Amino acid sequence: MSPVFQGMLTIIIGVGGCVGYFYFSNMLLDKVIFPAKGPNTGRNINRANQVRPWLFLFPAMFALGLYLAYPVVGSFWRSLFDRSGANFIGLGNYIDLFSEGTFRTAVINNLLWVLFVPAMATFLGLLVAQLTDRLSWGNIAKSLIFMPMAISFVGASLIWKFVYSANPDIGIINSIRDAMGLAVLDPLQVRFWNNFFLMFILVWIQTGFAMVILSAALRGIPEETIEAAIIDGANPFQVFFKIKVPQIMGTIVVVWTTITILVLKVFDIVYTMTGGNFGTHILPSYMMTYMFRDDGRATAVAFVIMLLVLPVMIWNIRQARNEMR
Amino acid sequence: MDNIAGQNQGSKLAVNITVIILVLLWLLPTIGLFVSSFRDRDQISNSGWWQAPLAVDLNFRTRVAADNPREEGGSFILEGNVFADPALASSFPDATGTVSAYGTRAVAPGEFAAGEVSDLRAGGTAVVNSDGSYRIETPEALDRGPTIYFEARTPPKFTLANYRTVLFADGMDRAFINTLTVTIPATIIPILIAAFAAYALAWMDFPGRGLLIAAVVGLLVVPLQLALVPLLSLHTHIGIGQSFLGIWLAHTGFGLPLAVYLLRNYMVGLPRDIIESAKVDGATDFQIFVRIILPLSFPALASFAIFQFLWTWNDLLVAKVFLPSGSDSQVMTVKIADDLLGSRGGDWGILATAAFVSIAVPLVVFFTMQRYLVRGLLAGSVK
Repeated sequence: MSPVFQGMLTIIIGVGGCVGYFYFSNMLLDKVIFPAKGPNTGRNINRANQVRPWLFLFPAMFALGLYLAYPVVGSFWRSLFDRSGANFIGLGNYIDLFSEGTFRTAVINNLLWVLFVPAMATFLGLLVAQLTDRLSWGNIAKSLIFMPMAISFVGASLIWKFVYSANPDIGIINSIRDAMGLAVLDPLQVRFWNNFFLMFILVWIQTGFAMVILSAALRGIPEETIEAAIIDGANPFQVFFKIKVPQIMGTIVVVWTTITILVLKVFDIVYTMTGGNFGTHILPSYMMTYMFRDDGRATAVAFVIMLLVLPVMIWNIRQARNEMR
Repeated sequence: MDNIAGQNQGSKLAVNITVIILVLLWLLPTIGLFVSSFRDRDQISNSGWWQAPLAVDLNFRTRVAADNPREEGGSFILEGNVFADPALASSFPDATGTVSAYGTRAVAPGEFAAGEVSDLRAGGTAVVNSDGSYRIETPEALDRGPTIYFEARTPPKFTLANYRTVLFADGMDRAFINTLTVTIPATIIPILIAAFAAYALAWMDFPGRGLLIAAVVGLLVVPLQLALVPLLSLHTHIGIGQSFLGIWLAHTGFGLPLAVYLLRNYMVGLPRDIIESAKVDGATDFQIFVRIILPLSFPALASFAIFQFLWTWNDLLVAKVFLPSGSDSQVMTVKIADDLLGSRGGDWGILATAAFVSIAVPLVVFFTMQRYLVRGLLAGSVK
């Protein structure tokens, strides 16, 4: 059976199954289990209404539980076992990891990524949002800067290979160096700084995201506050930093944390650009070196990533609860 | 605002220039990829894509036929034109060109300037003029003609050959279909499941609702990496293994938190009156959902669909783990990252073309549906 046919069949079964599930379970509830007739009509309707939310929620809850909640526990449990999965070794995998040089490099690099990428993307996004705000061609500029959002990390990496390549006939950087009479070098092999070259690819992708959201936030600032500041003699910089930025601080934080979370997931860029060589591993790419080879280690690395995400997660949940009150 | 904003012409110019620089910086790498994908293989390796519209110095070689040398004053002379070689007809269709340098050894193809007389290793002299005519003088008749290497200006050459190779010979066509096969079910199925859940979370009252919403927000940030090992072993255990079915389920699970969150945020904002009057008129929850909520939520459904489509199309990690690694089921990202970068690492034209093929569909979706995408982003982050 060809995958295309299989795919179409799955769409039909999946969609049909979903619709069928919701429709028939709903009918079953209303007509058979708690029918809205007979002596207990009132009680039955109430009962049906108590059960119905769970009917609607069940598929989503099941999938979320299986694909996201269970793995948190499952991964942690697996990380306590050795490679074969048969012997319990406690925190052995974690101890081994921390004594490994590459792992420490990956942690340090990952911290650099977490600090640099969100900061840089948010800053550039804010800058573009502000600058394009009153420009006649601002929307076109925004659209072009937003475009990398649609490009895969693999595609973006290839695009940037045409910038970073060590061959002066391929890479722009080296052709400029060549024209200036400097020696050709491979930017991706320059220790320490190569991490920043890789990070910039993600900044390039994420700036558009920051820009779109911050631009909407900037538009939402009440005009009176800005007018008042201008009448009081504030210059454009003061208006921006003292009036506008404080008012959109909440949005800036949301953008910042969203990008932070993303940074902790992206392994594609390092994987395609350097394969983790030249001291550029980050935790997600480091985990993939153990994937399919040593599940114990792989899950241990994944759990370290989880620990890094945890503060953001708690903060997010707290924000959401505050909003609902 | 403009008249009181305190902006003068100078600062406006500065803003314009800054934005132009930023836009160029953002656009140039992609343009480079695009231009490179249409360039001839030899031209790519000899000049940068930014020089694509200019002529390039390329190296060629031709073997001089030694069959009928002219004897003149005790030496044998071979004459002709390098551009007349039928093997080079594809580069010089009208058999003319300009030679800038030539050589007689493969290690130094541009050793001598055009018109300069050089000594042959086997004895005798050779000269190639800039119009391509050559004259080789040897004391004895040669049984094999010498090879002449020369550098010639060639006009810019754009070709679809890369696309032909990528699409029909390199297996990208298969990868393209595989990507579609992964993407479409993985986009449609979560929408339906999430829409019902979002409706329940937004408009139905039941104990534990707040807790469930908090859980969804928490699950939004769970790193995907955690799910890989336990779920792959689960899939193997229940017989799904590495397969399309497995990856559809995985993408559905991973996309759900965002879907539920986005759709709930949107549905909560729908006018209460409509829903309540429908209830008063005797509509059941199911009817309200299908007849009122779903049509009204179209913008949110569309924006999530775009997100999920872009995400599944562009994904490398999930495809690497949940699909078998054989070429039968490779998606485009895996094909490029694992296959082409390894086997065709130096073939920049092919790489650029493959990358461009893989980003073309998302770019089209992006530019045609940008409105919904932006709306979705805003619904998800700004309240």
